[in-house]
Amino acid sequence: MFKAGNKAQTTSDLPQYGLEYPHRLNFYDRPPLFDVTLEEFEVAALDRLRILAEIESSGARNRSWDETKDVTNKQCDKFMPLHSNTAIHVDRDSERKRDVLGHFVLRLAFCRSDELRRRFVKAESTLFRIRYDGQSQVEREAFLQSRDFDWIAVSDAEKEQHSKELYDAYLVSGSYQVNKADREFNFKSEKFYKVRWTRVPDLIERRKVFLKAGWAYVPSREHSSIVFQEFEVCLQKALELTAKALPRLDEDTRLVPILSNLSQGFLAGMSSEWTSGTENGEDIRAEMVDELARKHYPMCMRYMHDNLRRDKHLKHFGRLQYGLFLKVLGLSIEEAIIFWRKSFSGKTDDEFNKQYKYNIRHSYGLEGKGVSYPARSCTQILMPTDKAEYVCPYKLFTPENLQTALLKSYSSQGLTSNDLPEVLNIVKAGHPHVACTRVFEITHASCGVKKGEGVGDGESVTHPNQYAALSIELEKTHREEDFDAMAIG
Amino acid sequence: MSTDEIDVSTPAMLSFYRRLYPYKSIFNWLNHEHTPTRRFTHREFAFTLQGDVYLRYNSFATAEEMKKQVCMLNPTRFEIGPVYSARPRDKKTARPGAFVPVQRELVFDIDMTDYDPVRTCCSGADICRRCWSFISAAVRVLDNAIRDQYGYRHLLWVYSGRRGIHLWISDKEATDLTDEQRKAIVGWLSVIAPGIKEASKKLNFRGGHFTLPPSLRATLTHLSPIFVKLILEDQDCFGSTEGWETLLEYIHHAPLQATLRKLWSDDPTRSSVDKWGDIKSERRKKQGEKEFAIINAIMEDIIIQYTYPRLDAEVSKHRNHLLKAPFCIHPKTGRVCVPVDPSSIEEFDPSTVPTITQLLKELDALPVDTEESSAVHHADWEKTSLKPYVEMLDRHCMGLMEETRKVKRGAPGEKSLHRECRPQLMAPLNKI
Ligand SMILES: [Zn+2]
Repeated sequence: MFKAGNKAQTTSDLPQYGLEYPHRLNFYDRPPLFDVTLEEFEVAALDRLRILAEIESSGARNRSWDETKDVTNKQCDKFMPLHSNTAIHVDRDSERKRDVLGHFVLRLAFCRSDELRRRFVKAESTLFRIRYDGQSQVEREAFLQSRDFDWIAVSDAEKEQHSKELYDAYLVSGSYQVNKADREFNFKSEKFYKVRWTRVPDLIERRKVFLKAGWAYVPSREHSSIVFQEFEVCLQKALELTAKALPRLDEDTRLVPILSNLSQGFLAGMSSEWTSGTENGEDIRAEMVDELARKHYPMCMRYMHDNLRRDKHLKHFGRLQYGLFLKVLGLSIEEAIIFWRKSFSGKTDDEFNKQYKYNIRHSYGLEGKGVSYPARSCTQILMPTDKAEYVCPYKLFTPENLQTALLKSYSSQGLTSNDLPEVLNIVKAGHPHVACTRVFEITHASCGVKKGEGVGDGESVTHPNQYAALSIELEKTHREEDFDAMAIG
Repeated sequence: MSTDEIDVSTPAMLSFYRRLYPYKSIFNWLNHEHTPTRRFTHREFAFTLQGDVYLRYNSFATAEEMKKQVCMLNPTRFEIGPVYSARPRDKKTARPGAFVPVQRELVFDIDMTDYDPVRTCCSGADICRRCWSFISAAVRVLDNAIRDQYGYRHLLWVYSGRRGIHLWISDKEATDLTDEQRKAIVGWLSVIAPGIKEASKKLNFRGGHFTLPPSLRATLTHLSPIFVKLILEDQDCFGSTEGWETLLEYIHHAPLQATLRKLWSDDPTRSSVDKWGDIKSERRKKQGEKEFAIINAIMEDIIIQYTYPRLDAEVSKHRNHLLKAPFCIHPKTGRVCVPVDPSSIEEFDPSTVPTITQLLKELDALPVDTEESSAVHHADWEKTSLKPYVEMLDRHCMGLMEETRKVKRGAPGEKSLHRECRPQLMAPLNKI
């Protein structure tokens, strides 16, 4: 079944379909040596980061292994599909190249501290396990044959020599099988491999194998232990080496901002961009904003909007942050100017035109360098800045203030004081974006959002615009469903 | 020897360090070859000075330098830690992250106090020939298990000077173990968790169908005769009411438990041997039935519970744990922490281990030879009863040095067992 001892001389007997990357699974032993553009470099990393961030928040949300697998697989299909060899109509090599590229870019971003390395290894190993589980038997074996795992097949004579011990170890580690004949039959057909015990510490600690002279006799059903351990150990070493080489790489000034943005995003628990298509969403008029704020805003923007209404003013940084949010929400430049003019009711036309109009047009890319700025993501909002008042409220507020603000903002959307302990506990555990996601679920329960679904497929909120756009969308579909129901009824 | 005869005063300790401590042997043992390597120069020594001042992160370039420093500080004892990635004495100036433990002998610590729940002759700090048998049983079992199951060959057993024993394993693979791997081997070897109220704990090392893991099955063959001799005949652990009540708690089989309780309450004179016989004859009655296997498993579990080595897990789990160096003087007993030969562990008698007072007396009794006394002092141990113990360590070192020579000659020694991942860096940056 598995190649043993010497490195596989030939590729597997299975058809390779003439692929450069013959397997979906990858130990990332070889760095990508193909040419890439800076954009491909960044996008491949961001897409992978989304997936890893979701794996991390699965941990924070106490998802079961099956749920984690399910959510992750959906994410992978969306952002980083990897088709099997048999999908001959898909460009499998370019999918696999992206997989390799994204992994190596993130290595550069996450080798920088012990903490980042540890988290990266954990998330990547989980991703590897999920993919390993999802492979067909044929694919898995082809992959295992392709790599030298340095395990030594136990010959029949050797198996016979230790048959009593091997059988006992097999029973101790195995699941409970009532039928003695079945047990013996399974044992007879079981193939054992030897590895140094240091490579399977988890099996050793639980006394799951027979051990002789430092060699662990591993039955084939425990092989994944060796594979996973190997993946983790190799990745950990690779990251340490990368960290040593990093000063050299950091000379490339094009990459430094991208890499540090990536690692900060991961620290905050999510990828840093949200680009799904509301920019071409429905037109929103200035007078609609109050209602939108009440029904569809996440806490950070709700807080911003309430301050604006209360003070008839927002400071520069707040205007920028809120303005970009409104832009992505679908407020045109003309509507934006109307909105801000009306909001700053204490200012004269002259003051407004001189002090504020330029900045609004600037953020729409109509002034200055002509750059259309993206709205700020949760990662950015979560970052501690000197503009502390614009940090994510789930992070900024004291528990008491947060409770009050939550009830004030969302009790009309179905949030009750019974929900508060759960939300506050998530905040306390250090996952503000997960708390925000939970509030989204609670306030959209009437639209059929269930606990754990997040903003779709179990994803957590990563961007205030994502939150708002989905909320608007849900209301619309829900209304249509009601309408359909009425029409039928 | 009672403690008032023991002199562990500052001058006595100083004479011991000046004239008797075998620095060269300790150097060879830690270094594995004659020329100093990182194994020695990057090794941490921690000193406990008079008045309990604790001095960490000392390191030395040579055995001579170590001797100089030890004689200058004159510690009450000192401990050996890991080999670090930088010299421990340079710790303060090392780059953050550049000072991490990289190697360390795999160590185990067995202490008599963990046997208090099962020994009847002494308790606490006391120890006698009789209860030393618990330690010798543990040495026998662990020594066998580690050599047979893990394949390690360079095991040094060292008497702790009072009521315990240490094991230092110097095989290359063992010294390279990560903390995770150390935790795994401790998990494999630990069956009895010391300090837990044991009777309330149901033993849990069997798999389905009452199968005993093969390692414990092998160990049980060593433990069974020890159980009869030590637990039943010598310690008579089930003689007292308290003793047999505890035993009954391990018998997770209500009818059997009830039968035995009646039998033993009715006849308080029955010895431990008799009581074990009672269980056996109950088992015999079930010959050919399913119950037989159940009772048999209970009996095996009891043997393991009462005789299996009790390890101090925390000592073994971390590379950077410090452990008292061999040949130190135990501050309470004045005895030297001498190496012990595991093959004759049953004959080892802690009360015959030389004390500092005895050794200094032996030195004083030497004929005064002016020519010789002005010569090198460090060979003075040869003239005392410390000699066989130092020679034991020297023989152990020869094995280690032979291993080093083999690896240097490129012979397929241990090295081939260690595989390397060869990770590569991201290479394509200049292609973007
Ligand atoms: Zn005793």
